[in-house]
Amino acid sequence: MNTPLVLDVQDVRKIYGEGETAVHALRGVTLAVEPGDYVAIMGASGSGKSTLMNIIGCLDVPSSGAYRLDGTDVGVLDETRLAVVRNRKIGFVFQSFNLIPRMSALVNVELPLAYGGVKAAERRKRALAALDRVGLSDRVHHQPNELSGGQQQRVAIARSLVNAPTLLLADEPTGALDSTSTRDVLSIFDQLSLDGRTIVVITHESDVAAHAKRVVRLMDGQIIADIRQSAVLGPPPRLEEVSM
Amino acid sequence: MNTLEVLRFAVRGLTANKMRSTLTTLGILIGVAAVILLVAVGEGASRQIQGDIQRLGANSLTVSSTTSGGGGGGGGGGGFARLLGGGGNGGQQNSGPRTQAKDLTVDDARALADKANAPSVRSVSPVVTAQSQTVTYEGASHAIQQVVGSYPSYFEASNKPVAQGTYFFNDDILAARKVIVIGQTVAENLFGEVNPVGKQINVTGVPFTVVGVLKESGSSGFQDGDDLAIAPLPAVQQSLTGFGPLGQIVVQATSADTVNAAQDEVTQVLNQRHGITGTAAADFRILNQATLQETVGSAIGTFTVLLGAVAAISLLVGGIGITNIMLVTVTERTREIGIRKAIGAPRSAILGQFLAEATILSLFGGLLGVTIAVIGAQFTIAGITPSVVPSSVALALGVSVAIGLFFGSYPANRAAKLRPIEALRFE
Repeated sequence: MNTPLVLDVQDVRKIYGEGETAVHALRGVTLAVEPGDYVAIMGASGSGKSTLMNIIGCLDVPSSGAYRLDGTDVGVLDETRLAVVRNRKIGFVFQSFNLIPRMSALVNVELPLAYGGVKAAERRKRALAALDRVGLSDRVHHQPNELSGGQQQRVAIARSLVNAPTLLLADEPTGALDSTSTRDVLSIFDQLSLDGRTIVVITHESDVAAHAKRVVRLMDGQIIADIRQSAVLGPPPRLEEVSM
Repeated sequence: MNTLEVLRFAVRGLTANKMRSTLTTLGILIGVAAVILLVAVGEGASRQIQGDIQRLGANSLTVSSTTSGGGGGGGGGGGFARLLGGGGNGGQQNSGPRTQAKDLTVDDARALADKANAPSVRSVSPVVTAQSQTVTYEGASHAIQQVVGSYPSYFEASNKPVAQGTYFFNDDILAARKVIVIGQTVAENLFGEVNPVGKQINVTGVPFTVVGVLKESGSSGFQDGDDLAIAPLPAVQQSLTGFGPLGQIVVQATSADTVNAAQDEVTQVLNQRHGITGTAAADFRILNQATLQETVGSAIGTFTVLLGAVAAISLLVGGIGITNIMLVTVTERTREIGIRKAIGAPRSAILGQFLAEATILSLFGGLLGVTIAVIGAQFTIAGITPSVVPSSVALALGVSVAIGLFFGSYPANRAAKLRPIEALRFE
């Protein structure tokens, strides 16, 4: 395989605090994700999944172990380069949407492009395309507080996609949504996966995990199960059940 | 991420909380306006006083007697002489504090005019003044503040040019002709629209012919500088003041450079004539216009600096207000900062945004402050017409921008240093 692994996590450990009060959040996690895969990381609260997500998302650094994102060793990067990596390679989707208030959906989606130095006209074009992709062409100029939770999350997905990142990283994307909106969001993920996008979803809901091609279970900072539900290059398992 | 982008984010951040931004701006606005306006008032006061002093005459020295009262010496009695510098009524008795003190006389003036003794002196004008004289013309009457009796050189030495008609001449002095040059106020009150030149007026019953009208000089402080009349010295002495001592001697130096030399010469000549030697106190006083201007100028300068300092403190307080509000903003928007960082905002972009917000606040406040100060300077404040000093505008604006950068840098740095993971968790 010539293309590098999207994620290559080698024996990553994370310890918070020191001495007797030290908390071992991750006790040696090794995980490789190939391009095009759709991985759900499951675990109860306290299993270390949030810590893992922060490390994968380059928001935090591991205490030990190596982590390569798309072939780049992010452990040696400085703050400025990490910002570039977050901007270009990772698209974040958060449980609480994390849109910037008092900015229209369009401006929110344009934001990563603005930090990436894309010209205004090009930015607008790409942001509109991304919003269209999540079915929000008619809500472009609405502010976050004028949108429903599901719509806000779709704006957030559009924002995460707009830079065409290597990895789409979603942290409990449906945690704050009702069932209809949850279905919408999951179907968007299925479509994206079908298009070959690499997705990692952190969740504790088995319904969400059922959509993934591969489910990784974490407990007490270690991987206890790694189940493949369908082929990396094939369609996601629940594609047919949801209709766009 | 270019500068324009950073500015757009900053403006967006500021407009999101208009009330807060406005109040913060107000702090800087008041500071800047106060600095400019107070310095302008100081400058205006300085100019006004300098102008008043200048109106006394260019390169001139005013010699006045320091004996209180002043009726002694020549002893004409009867008159109504009063020294300009002194206070008491004259014409009664010799009650000076120094019995040997001598009053200023026309002979003193003549001695000063001697080129051999005083080469730096250009002209000497002995002066007597009669206060509050009633003048009438065809039923119109007016109380003139001051009737001055002097020589023709007085016009130039005391900077009182004639606007209409002529001066009087040396002939008029020798002949003690009753001719008079009147000030604007007098002309207006007595004649209205009529041309006063050639008309005859009565000054306390004595007829004088108006030969000229002085150019308007404006009021100096509480005194109307145009409410006066100037007539030949002997004419005034004969009819109004009596032949008592002189009120003043106005000495004009040959040039601005020789004023101090002239002062020394005058002192020497008068010391000699009045028999003042060694440590004895002089019985006369010389008012040097240039020295006066310097003294007053430096006093007002100090005053202006003080005003400016007080205003600068309010500017500083405004600056601290910016820090305060930016700290609040950063705390309030911690989560937003986290989001921005998570989607790839570099530290410099965050720093730039918050610095730009602070600077826009202070610059905007500064510009408004300048506007208000300039508008305010159009009005007369406490009797002083403020004069805006361009350098104070530039300084206040510059300082307000510097304040934005300086006082904004701490909160901005705090924002930029936030770790995204903690910022995102912030509720």
